[in-house]
Formats: sequence, C-alpha cells, structure tokens
Amino acid sequence: MRRFKEVAIEKTLMASAMVTILVTIGIILVLSVEAFNFFSVVPIWDFLTDTQWTPLFTEKHFGILPLLSGTLLTSFIAIAFAVPVGLSISIYISEYAPKSFRKTIKPALELLAAVPTVVYGFFALTVVTPFLQTFIPGLSGFNSLSAGLVMGIMIIPFISSLSEDALHAVPNSLREGSYGMGATRLQNVFRVLIPAASSGIIVSIILAISRAIGETMIVAIAAGQQPRLTLDPTVPVETITAYIVQVSLGDVGHGTLEYQTIFAAGITLFLFTFILNTMSYRLRKKFAEKYE
Amino acid sequence: MKKIFLTGAMAFMVFACGNNKKETGNNAISIDGSSTVYPATEAVAEEFRSEDPDVNVTIGVSGTGGGFKKFGRGEVDIANASRPIKQEEIDLAEANNITYVGLEVGNDGLAVVVHPENDWVTCFTVEELKKIWEPAAQGTIKRWNQINPAWPDEEILLFGPGVASGTFDYFTEAIVGKSGSSRGDFTASEDDNVLVQGISGSKYGLAFFGLAYFEENSDKLKLVGVDGGAGCVLPSLETVNNSTYTPLSRPLLIYVNSSSLKNQKVIDFVNFYLNEAPSVLGEVGYFPLTSEEYEVERKKFQEFVNTYKTE
Amino acid sequence: MNNIKKNRLKDQAFKYWGIFCTLLGLVLLAIFIGTILIDGLQRINWDFITNLPSRNADKAGIYTALTGSVWILGLTTLIALPLGIAAAIYLEEYAKKGKLSSILEINISNLAGVPSIIYGLLGLEVFVRILEMGSSVLAGSFTLALLILPIVIVSTREAIKAVPKSIRDASYAMGASKWQTVSMQLLPASFGGILTGVILSLSRAVGETAPLIVIGALAYVPFAPSSPMDEFSVLPIQIFNWISRPQKGFEVNAAAAIIILLLITFLLNAVAVYFRNRWQKKLNN
Repeated sequence: MRRFKEVAIEKTLMASAMVTILVTIGIILVLSVEAFNFFSVVPIWDFLTDTQWTPLFTEKHFGILPLLSGTLLTSFIAIAFAVPVGLSISIYISEYAPKSFRKTIKPALELLAAVPTVVYGFFALTVVTPFLQTFIPGLSGFNSLSAGLVMGIMIIPFISSLSEDALHAVPNSLREGSYGMGATRLQNVFRVLIPAASSGIIVSIILAISRAIGETMIVAIAAGQQPRLTLDPTVPVETITAYIVQVSLGDVGHGTLEYQTIFAAGITLFLFTFILNTMSYRLRKKFAEKYE
Repeated sequence: MKKIFLTGAMAFMVFACGNNKKETGNNAISIDGSSTVYPATEAVAEEFRSEDPDVNVTIGVSGTGGGFKKFGRGEVDIANASRPIKQEEIDLAEANNITYVGLEVGNDGLAVVVHPENDWVTCFTVEELKKIWEPAAQGTIKRWNQINPAWPDEEILLFGPGVASGTFDYFTEAIVGKSGSSRGDFTASEDDNVLVQGISGSKYGLAFFGLAYFEENSDKLKLVGVDGGAGCVLPSLETVNNSTYTPLSRPLLIYVNSSSLKNQKVIDFVNFYLNEAPSVLGEVGYFPLTSEEYEVERKKFQEFVNTYKTE
Repeated sequence: MNNIKKNRLKDQAFKYWGIFCTLLGLVLLAIFIGTILIDGLQRINWDFITNLPSRNADKAGIYTALTGSVWILGLTTLIALPLGIAAAIYLEEYAKKGKLSSILEINISNLAGVPSIIYGLLGLEVFVRILEMGSSVLAGSFTLALLILPIVIVSTREAIKAVPKSIRDASYAMGASKWQTVSMQLLPASFGGILTGVILSLSRAVGETAPLIVIGALAYVPFAPSSPMDEFSVLPIQIFNWISRPQKGFEVNAAAAIIILLLITFLLNAVAVYFRNRWQKKLNN
C-alpha cells in the first residue's frame, strides 16, 4: 500500500515536471499553426524580403524586415551602451574594488533589472527624449535612440553580474602568474582574465541580446509605431514586440489575417531568442566544465 | 499539507473553467469601439455611476471596426462608432441574429493638426491632403516640399488612426474617396492619445484625429484649417453643425443591441446619454446636436425599446 | 615616458573609468526615481488609492488596478507554486540522470529566456480562445503562472540542493521513504529558499504588462474583480494607459502609480532577500 502511494506520488511529481514540456510544445504549436495559416496566404519569400510592413492597409505589404530592423536597431543601441559599461563594471568589481564592495554593489545594480519595464518606458518618453532633444534638434518624439539607451540601462546588470561571476571564477593561479611577471591589473585583465573568462562573458552578452530583442514595453511606449526599414535612430520605428501589442490593443478577431500577423511576427521573435538561448546554454555547459 | 493544497488548486481550476459565461448580471454594461467617441461615453458613464454606483460599465477602445466586430458577435451591449455601420458589419450582426438601433449622440469635426512650430501651413486643401494620404503616396510622398515647393525639404512624419478606427474610415472616405483607402507607412494607432504624443514631439509632423483630442491638448498642438472648396474653414461648433467645415464633419454614434434591452440599466444608460449629451459633449470637446435632433433620437430609441424589450 | 609608466597610467585611468561606469548605472537609477518622486509624490493620498479611474486626472485613482494586481498575484501563486515545487522536487530527488532529465533541464532553461510577450500569445490562443476563459483574471493568472514557472522551479531546485546531505542520509537511515524524507525533512528545510524564489518571481509578475495586454486586459474597468472570470486591469496597464494620455495631469498620475508599483516591487525584493539571509543562516547551523 505504501509502495503504491510512493509510486503515485512520483508519477504526480513527474507529471508536474512534464508540464514544462507541455508549455514548450504549446508555444511552438500555437505559433506554428497560426503562422502556417498566415503563410498559406502570404508567400514566405515576400515575408522575408519585402521592405514594407503594411498588412492592414490598402497597399498590403507583409515584409518582416521593417519590424526586424526596428527590433535590431533598438537592441543594437542597447547593447552598444550596455556592453562597455557592464563589462567595465564587472572588471572593476572583480579586480579593482575592495572585496566588500562586491556584496553591496551587485545587489544594488540588480535593482536596475527589477524595475518594471513600463516604468522605464515612462522614463524614456518623458525624461530621456526631451533631454536628448535639447542637443539633437531633429529628434522625433518617438525614436529608437531613447528607447535603446534606456533598454541598455536595464540590461547592464545582465552583463555586469554574469561577467563578474565569470571573472571571479578564473583561478587565482592565473592572476598570480601574470602579476609575477610584472603586469598591471589592466594588462592582466585584458591579456589573461578576459580570454580565460571569455565563454562566461559571451554567455552574458548573448543573454543580454536575447533580453533586449524580447523587450516590449520600453519600445512600445517610446520607440514609436511606424514600421520602417531604417538605421536612423532619430525617427519613429516599430519593433516586432510593439507591433504585437499594437494589434492586441484593438480587436483581434480570431481567424483573421490580422490575428495571424501577430503570430507570424511572434514566431520570428521566438526563433531569434530560441537560437540565442540555446547558444548560451551550450556555452554555459562548456564553461562550467572548464574549471573541473 | 501540500497534497491538500494541490487538490484544492486543481478543484478550483476545474470549477472556474466550468463557469465561463461572462458576467452579464443586471449590473454590467459592456461597451467597446471608437476611441473618438470614448471620451464622451466615458464621461456619461461616470455621471451615470454617480447616480447609480452599483452599475459596472466597462469600456474598451478597440476602434470603431473592432467594436463593431464584437458587437456583431454579441459580445458587447453597446458599440461606440465614429462612422455609420458598414454592410459587412450589418451582415455579421444578421448572421448572429442581432438586431440593433443606431443613435446619433453628437457631432465631431475631424481635426487636422501640426506642431506649434510649424509656421508654413495654416490651411490644407482636400487635394493636398489626398496627395499625402492616398495609397499611391506610400513610399513616394515623403517630404513636405513634394506637396508645395514652398514648404521645407523635410520628411513629413505622419500620425493617424489605425485601420480599426472609425476616424480612419471616415477620413479616408472623405479625403481619398474610398473608405479604408490609405497609405500604410505612418504611425498608426487606434489610441488618439498616442497620436497627440507623437505630433507634439515632432516639428515636421502631421496628424488627424477627433477634435476632442485637440481641445484637450491645444497648448501642444496647432489646428489647421481645411479648404473643402469654399475657402479655409476651422472646425467649431458653428462650422461643424452647419456643415461648412467640410468634408470632415461627422456624426458620433452609439449602437445598442436589442437583446441587451432585458437589462433595464442599459435602457436607463442610453436614455441618460441622450439627456446628458448636451452638457457632457462640450466638456470633452465635441459638439452636441440641437435639442430637436435629440428629441428625434430619443423617440427612435423609445420605439426600439417598445418593439424589442421582452419582460 | 617609458612603457611601465604608461601602463601604470592606463591602469589608473581604467580604475576611474570602472568607478564611473559603476556609478553611472546607479546615478541614472537615482535620477529616474528622483524625477518620478518629484512628479508623483504630491499626488499620493488615500483618495488616489481608493478612487476609480476617471477622465478627470485629479479624480482618477488606482483602486481597480491595485485590486486587479492583487487578484492576479494571488491566483498566479496558487497555480504556479504547487506546480513549480512539484516539478523541482521531481527533477532534484526523483529523476535519474539521463536523457529525460537533461531534456527537461534544457527545456526549462529555454523557457526562462522566452520573451514575456510570447507567453501572452500562448495565453491568448490557449486560455482566452480555446479554453474560453475570455479576457479574465483566470486567463491572466494562468498566463503569468507559466511565465514564472521556470523561475520557481530553478529557485526551488537551488533551495533543495542547498540542504545538507546529512539530513537526507539521516532520514533514510531511520527508514523513511523517499516521499517522507522530501515532505518532512527537505521541504521544511528548504522552505526559506523556496519562499525567496517565489517572492522574487512575484515581484517580476507584478510588473508584467505585455502578456496581459495581449490577452486583453481592459483600459477602462471601473470596478474591482469579484470573481476569477471578471475582466480586470492591473497596475502596470493602468500606468501604461495613463502614460499614453498627453494631459499633464495624467503624467502626474502615472508617476504616482509608478511610485506605488516600485514600492511594491522593492518591498517584495527586500522581503525575499531578508528571508534568504535568514534561511541561509539557519542552514549553516
């Protein structure tokens, strides 16, 4: 009787764990089915190559490139800001700062990641954009520069915390060898530590990119709702995520092409983040083995 | 202990999934549709609630088109609309056995708006607007000086309602000649507030939306006149009501589902709307009808109620 | 200047650059919070918390959004907590190291990185449409529960892992079955860690906006939910709605609501850290 109970409990627990697989299958199924419906109307070639995204208007164009460029432009700005800053912070904490700093600074920085993104969006729209407009006169009210910079602030802890962990994990013997040869901390960092911790650092950057690409509220509020294929950070653009929100704010009639467009956009987003996440998982496994 | 918790949670979920009918008690009125009409309906709903606090009025902002879709499926009691119902929407309602009545509650002048620092435009002709907004302009008409060589050689940043918006339908019909016919490369949002935000931050911007949104934000915006053939006219109570602000004067409408009449609160709400409209509309920036016109609408609704209300 | 001196200088320069960067993030955060406080603090009073939304900025309040958030948080926990703990126990104590267990691990790691809006799409199709829950509190809670599930699982696993092996061994030595060991020894011992994980994931859930917009949380909801099938709004959506209203009064309201949201978020984070510290102390005894 007791044995039966034990087996039953184990099966229940296993079922709970299998729910996670169900979720993934659910996501893939939902996205694929609706995307399939979309692609039975819109040729995949058009989707990948058309330079306009106007699925709802008279002159219908279904090119994902404008939305993709909006996503990549804002993410690029975010990463271009966050990587140098975040890496420098991680180097400083790991190699320069007094040991006690680590305990206080890391949680303080992690606060940056805890702030709800709608708050960051508010900040980007009402503080950062007007501020930037004072010395970039052509800057439009909605633009990818403010949104990108604020996104960058949000992802600093992703890079700084994980890179710092990676640097911290490098065995001291490597440091001592380098100092023994007369290197300064800086030389040590750039010639020895960063190469040694490179996979951990790269993992942190990949994770940050994935986070930036998937970000919704900051760009929905501050970057604009005009799909346009451009590299100009001063004009309104639209990201994949902001498009999904825009359509959801209206009425998404089940089965309409409009409904299906958000899944076509969604599956594109999912593919990108899935590839990035898988890459980072593999690298992390490799990196964990390094110091066994 | 955990097992009790687990079973409790599962039972709860099963129970909850069973009750999937929407809250349609006598205390709920569901409304959705036009973001133009939204401020007026919201104001009326607030006043209504101050008299009858038990009523739960929910108002969505899916755009006129979105609202009609929900209305046609029987999902809302009342649809806000900034243009009359279209044939395909009538068909949808018929297919779902829904009878309804459309009531005019006020008038609006569709405002054409630019940034306050725009000093080169005070008036657009309909032809100019058409050139900017028609489908052929997509990807081709991008700069101010393409419309009028005297204007700056700068990109026009366009902001307008999206395709589910009645304002969008109305504007395109009046300006381009066919409802829904427009370029697609502009900042489109069913939320007029987003448009106000966009244009108030862009010196070279151009937008159109319901006049109420201009009135609310007149310190950040500049209203431009429209020349419909008889000279430049700005929208105002007079010019909209006597239709000299043409072609962008239009009615504001609500549509009521006959099966919602079994909820007395819905009847009270609509009557309240038709009575309070004159005082509320001005407050939000729209124009009331004449008292004779309201009397006509009231009678229309009364007849509708008499025909369809089942005890 | 010879090489050594140059290198020393670069080293010093980098140190200051490092300090600058570190301070930059924190200073920026302080500026945000400062501007928000300046904008919104004046608006916070009892009325603001108990009023319903209104077209008048000074009459509008966060009552419905706040109660909506509480409902969502409550239901989300109810769904995600048992599920997550059960899954974590399985992975940590029962699953044999093999193909299945590594697939489960990779899968969970991937789910943790899926953008929240994708969960919104999943929720829209499965909970709102297929299961016909409508745009209700229930649909929202299920969606968010799936969103935070990976976090709950990972942090529960970490908590269980941290329990000293001696406790397990002692329990088995006394003839306890696996489940008895788990339920009577491991869970109580890891409770603090699990609690920390749950609170942290709640602090994430309270700020989620996009998935709830996708499943259809409304703009104007002038009543608090009275059942899980009701429509609702939450604090971040109310903020989003007010942000997109250009009237200055609503900007102030948005700032005030943000202060409340940040207070809740930081409070949850602080409580989580407190519990984590207390629990770690207990473990080390």
